[in-house]
Amino acid sequence: MGYVAVRGGAEAVARAEELVECLRLMGGGTPLHVPQIRDQLRHAVSRAMHEGALYAPLLAALAVKQAEGDSIEAAFLLRAYRTTLPRVMASLPVSGRDMMCLRRISASFKDIPGGQMLGPAADYLIRLLQPALADEDMSAVVRAAERYKALIDIGGQRSGEVGRFPKVADYMRQERMIVDPPPDPAREAPFDITREPLTFPCPRSARLQAMAQADTGSLMSLAYSSVRGYGDAHPTLVELRYGYLPVQVAHPLTGEPITIGEIEATEAEVASKAHSVVNSAEPPRFNVGYGFAFGQSELKVMSMAILDSVLTQARIGSLSGESGPAADEEFVLLHSDGIEASGFVAHFKLPHYVTFEADLRVLDRARAHHATRLGHLVDQALEEQE
Amino acid sequence: MMNIDPLYNFALLDEDAKRAIRRSLLKAVALPGHLVPFASRDLPIARGWGTGGLQITLALITPNDTLKVIDQGDDESVNAVNLRRLITRTTGIATTVDTAAAAVIQTRHRIPEEPLRDDQILVLQVPMADPLRWVEPNLERATVMHSEADYGKMWVYLYESVMRAGDLRIASQYPVMVNRRYLMDTTPIPRWDVPKLHMAETLYLFGAGREKRIYAIPPYTLVEPLQFEDYPFRTEYRPGQRCARCGAENTFLTTHFVADAHGGRWQATCSDASYCTRRRTQAEAAV
Repeated sequence: MGYVAVRGGAEAVARAEELVECLRLMGGGTPLHVPQIRDQLRHAVSRAMHEGALYAPLLAALAVKQAEGDSIEAAFLLRAYRTTLPRVMASLPVSGRDMMCLRRISASFKDIPGGQMLGPAADYLIRLLQPALADEDMSAVVRAAERYKALIDIGGQRSGEVGRFPKVADYMRQERMIVDPPPDPAREAPFDITREPLTFPCPRSARLQAMAQADTGSLMSLAYSSVRGYGDAHPTLVELRYGYLPVQVAHPLTGEPITIGEIEATEAEVASKAHSVVNSAEPPRFNVGYGFAFGQSELKVMSMAILDSVLTQARIGSLSGESGPAADEEFVLLHSDGIEASGFVAHFKLPHYVTFEADLRVLDRARAHHATRLGHLVDQALEEQE
Repeated sequence: MMNIDPLYNFALLDEDAKRAIRRSLLKAVALPGHLVPFASRDLPIARGWGTGGLQITLALITPNDTLKVIDQGDDESVNAVNLRRLITRTTGIATTVDTAAAAVIQTRHRIPEEPLRDDQILVLQVPMADPLRWVEPNLERATVMHSEADYGKMWVYLYESVMRAGDLRIASQYPVMVNRRYLMDTTPIPRWDVPKLHMAETLYLFGAGREKRIYAIPPYTLVEPLQFEDYPFRTEYRPGQRCARCGAENTFLTTHFVADAHGGRWQATCSDASYCTRRRTQAEAAV
């Protein structure tokens, strides 16, 4: 539908934009510096990056500033920027095994090869407001830097090769507890939903990409529905790790792998209670779901991994997990993208008076029909009385 | 006694909240296995991390009580440490790892191996609350089914699991009939712990914070796991099983990795850590 702007629309739109800009600074406080946002609003920046599907911490911080902290708007700004960039090449596959972990935990076993490492875990914070944060000064920054160094020295003693740990999933595969990774599809590069239309049924790489850039809250809500009662997910966290991952590309001429940088990322694998029934000749194993996101984004990767396992179970017709909206791949993938969902929900603010006029005419006809029928009924009743 | 934060009431919750919880507890004790709704308060702990059990503990605890908190059977598990930290910070009460010395034991996913006494209370953290969730996720319809003792769907669920998988395929959270009246969710304790609920000396209290339900098994209550004559309820016990640390042959074991000079190995040990440690200490003393 093409919408005609209301009279004087161009000017109104320009003034509205100015007002938004003014409101952002009307409080009179010192304008935020983008590096401050990047460093001190880590989670807002991470969320903008994974939902915006672009790893660019400083640009993400700028988006957070411009969006005045609105997470969906910040991701939207980044996506709108990303789409203007050419896709130069695909990186070589990156494995979580190569992560330099700041944190890695497993809920499946009490202790694991390499040990449990809580790292910067927010899970056990007691949620009491800390009034001391209200007036911090630079001395707090100095103290934090010193303390961080000391903590890293203590923690650094634990792992053998700087922060690198064996994967719990590898052990579980070796012991045939969980299914093997699905065989790689014949295609050279993974499916890219920004370059190819997402149609169903879709390959798993499309599912994982769609969820990796989906809205955290939407994924969380769907995953929660499946574990709470509208589904039968029963996930066990095999491993969650957070840290830095080197990214490599193949040299365009020699084909040699070259490290081009590292990304901060979180990865999760969950085992589902449902047994695999892929091949009836094989004894059953647990299914696995996978989650990945930029930054320290644990809720996102847990939700994603749960949904991945539920959708895999549903696809192969396993015993459990086939029921509930979270087991419907189209439902999950088509309703969890924050940019698409927010755009369409918000679009009802656009003028709809043409369609509404048409609705009114239909309402008129329905009323006329109703009145005629009522009239007939009254006539009938009167005739019967006579 | 440690320093108590003066900003907060004893045991964090205000007295009205505690009274409301205690009233729900009394009702739960009067109707064993029945789900009693309660207005679950917000807490400085995340939902799903033990807020139901925590509210019961906070509502019951007195300054002279000794508390034990375990998670997966272990006093040192991070979540147990964290909950204990919050409780002691707002009450200053004494804590213990010794099951026998505790007046109140808050637990997640385990019941201690040592038999509990009639002067002790076990508080279980509950994730789901309603055992009908698997067959009827809508709470309104499930409530009607409970009130009419209409558990046919659950029996069909069990029957189908036998038909499809050849077994009662429920690993934990095993459903039980309480007092031959209410179907009850035992929380994700292993099947090993289910028989401990039957005709016990101890009061068992169950708190589901997110689901806002409280329920109870008072002492000497019939607690019978759902089963078929030809497919009886069985625990995880395997003949010949043995704890690699204390040698116990009759406990619930979990597998974990132990690092050693040769790179490490996997072994099975008691999940009830304080019981295991005490047995080892006793064995060493006897030598």
